[in-house]
Amino acid sequence: MVDLWQGLSQAFWLVVTLDAELAEIALRSLQVTFTALALGCLIAMPLAALLAVRRFRWRRTVIAVLNALMGLPPVVVGLVVYVLLSRSGPLGVLGLLFTPTAMIIAQMIVIVPLMASIAHQSLRDLWAEYHDLLISMNVTQSQKIKTLLWDARRALLTAALAGFGRGIGEVGAIMIVGGNIDHVTRVLTTAIALETGKGEFALALALGFVLIALTILVNLLIHWLGQTEREGRW
Amino acid sequence: MSTLFPLRVRGAGTRRRGKQLVGPINMTWDGGGTRVVLGPNGSGKTTLLRLLHGIARLHDGEVIWASGTKAAQNAQAFVFQRPVMLRRSVVENLMYPLRLRSVSTGQARQKAEDWAVKVGLADHIDRSAPVLSGGEQQKLAIARALIGEPELVFLDEPTASLDGRATREIEAILNDAVASGTRVIIATHDMGQARRLAKDVVFLLHGRVHEESPADTFFDAPQTPEARAFLNGDIVE
Amino acid sequence: MFRILTLGIWLAAGMANAAETLRMAVTTSFHNSGLADILLPEIADDLDLDVQLLVVGTGQALRLGEAGDVDAILVHSQTAEEAFIDAGHGTHRREIMYNDFVIVGPQSDPAAVSGAGDAADALSRIAGNAARFVSRGDESGTHKRELNLWESAGGIPEADWYNEVGAGMGAALNTAAGLGAYILSDRASWLNFGNKGDLTLLFAGDPVLFNQYAYLPVNPARHNHVKADLAADLETWLTSARAQELIDGYMIDGETLFVFNAQPDG
Repeated sequence: MVDLWQGLSQAFWLVVTLDAELAEIALRSLQVTFTALALGCLIAMPLAALLAVRRFRWRRTVIAVLNALMGLPPVVVGLVVYVLLSRSGPLGVLGLLFTPTAMIIAQMIVIVPLMASIAHQSLRDLWAEYHDLLISMNVTQSQKIKTLLWDARRALLTAALAGFGRGIGEVGAIMIVGGNIDHVTRVLTTAIALETGKGEFALALALGFVLIALTILVNLLIHWLGQTEREGRW
Repeated sequence: MSTLFPLRVRGAGTRRRGKQLVGPINMTWDGGGTRVVLGPNGSGKTTLLRLLHGIARLHDGEVIWASGTKAAQNAQAFVFQRPVMLRRSVVENLMYPLRLRSVSTGQARQKAEDWAVKVGLADHIDRSAPVLSGGEQQKLAIARALIGEPELVFLDEPTASLDGRATREIEAILNDAVASGTRVIIATHDMGQARRLAKDVVFLLHGRVHEESPADTFFDAPQTPEARAFLNGDIVE
Repeated sequence: MFRILTLGIWLAAGMANAAETLRMAVTTSFHNSGLADILLPEIADDLDLDVQLLVVGTGQALRLGEAGDVDAILVHSQTAEEAFIDAGHGTHRREIMYNDFVIVGPQSDPAAVSGAGDAADALSRIAGNAARFVSRGDESGTHKRELNLWESAGGIPEADWYNEVGAGMGAALNTAAGLGAYILSDRASWLNFGNKGDLTLLFAGDPVLFNQYAYLPVNPARHNHVKADLAADLETWLTSARAQELIDGYMIDGETLFVFNAQPDG
């Protein structure tokens, strides 16, 4: 209990005094996760739409696999990405290991199945609604996908927020591929793991509270943006 | 001028799980105006319309449009019994078919606003289409079907769940469209509506064309006992 | 659009990272000592070299060196280090400094470890009392040393009072604090540990508890991207009088943690 209070007050002071180190790792957390999120959305959303509108042989299998991968253990993702990016691995020449880029790759792998699964569920429902109309209008495959993605954008935002939440709070994968190097690849979650390891519970908790606050802030901000859009247009 | 007609249907039919839903259908249509498809529930009206429009699977026979199937689909539009609203504003729903054909945003918007006025939705332009009333939604769906200036519009019981006022408004819109040269194939089991709109009638029973004749002939002197019974308001099975 | 822009900035920032950098894998215990925070800024000043630390267990540190993912390693497990050199993964092994291991346990000291004559005796007493003991269990240098000590004390225990946690020093200390168990820790980690709880230092000083740190540059013949020149510069610095002054002068709570023992031009 004492640790909790110390953590809270320490978090408060870290934020109020705009602690430079905290700002650095918090910004890096956001940078890594937002980049992974942006790139991940570019993959997950069209994939989800394609799975909704296109009938092909392995469709059900792909969907089942995607659903299963939602629970992909980040540690395993981290290990696989590590082995691939390691200097002695197939992509070693790129020299990406222990860089933020490696962390972005790992986070993308973790969040894409999650976002694609959630997005697919709402796109499938919307497609059931639109199917007859769009078929009647002789809409091409890519127009179908564009229409679904645009009209389901609010639901897709929810999927993206789920991806953001999982990405920003993720530690297992980025610890392995990022290496938690000070000033290079240290982010909030790996810093928390480090301080916990040192027994500095109060500082670890403080960072944890900052992380939670940041997540809530981003969610509120995005919901607020979605809200103003609705009121403005409709 | 017409690229679609004559329409020739030869032995067309569709099945579901081995059961014949519609067909075999044989008909030829070259006339203008409004053709009404009549028949009791379950006689296959909806399926016939979908079959002709090419959105139901054709298992047997052929549906031959003068222009060929692909071009025909682009010259047709379909209005469903329960209107499908895109989750967008009224004006964006109207712009959608135009934008599919690469009409510029400005032109599409202008035309959409004109149509919104024409169907009495001018005050609702920026409202979300899915929150409109049933009648407003169906008017929007019809405007969206007509905005691309199709040669032929299919309507599947468009006023089945609407009140008198909305029905009258919709019939007025359809009459305007026919007056400007659009042809209409409408399924209905509202006998009054059939009488008001029809130039000719197709009477369907058990998935087949039971009677096909000009409206006057059909309503005044039906050829078959089933058609007579149907017109009398008896239950026809 | 905004996203693509962000990505562009991101990639540009990644490329603009021009300062010379060297990656070194170090053990958790070294990092937890806090000495790195003293040495790294000095290295940056003196050599204009940005040393990036990967803080891992000895086992993982050796693997990183083997794969060529780091340029040098600084660890404390002589047998494993020599195997690493023999296999050709590193060019040579240079001893830098040592600290020592301590046995930590609950203040009540149920196994009377504080009265033990030597390290083996201390462990025998713990085993004899079946007192709870937390082992790192992660193949780290500390873990390997602990296993050696158990062997000299009559064998590695296999009993329910012997708990392998498979974790770093800090996490293992957290566990020991939670369980009220005995644990072998390096002195630096122990002194810097923030969650001591009921734990206290009970036994230290036996020479078998000395903990030698050595520096091993990764073999550039195996991995041609390894920054061998920079690794050599760092080695020169780590064995210099400047480093000696900083290492010997580093204290926590008035206690010296490390003893510099690098041989000139070893």
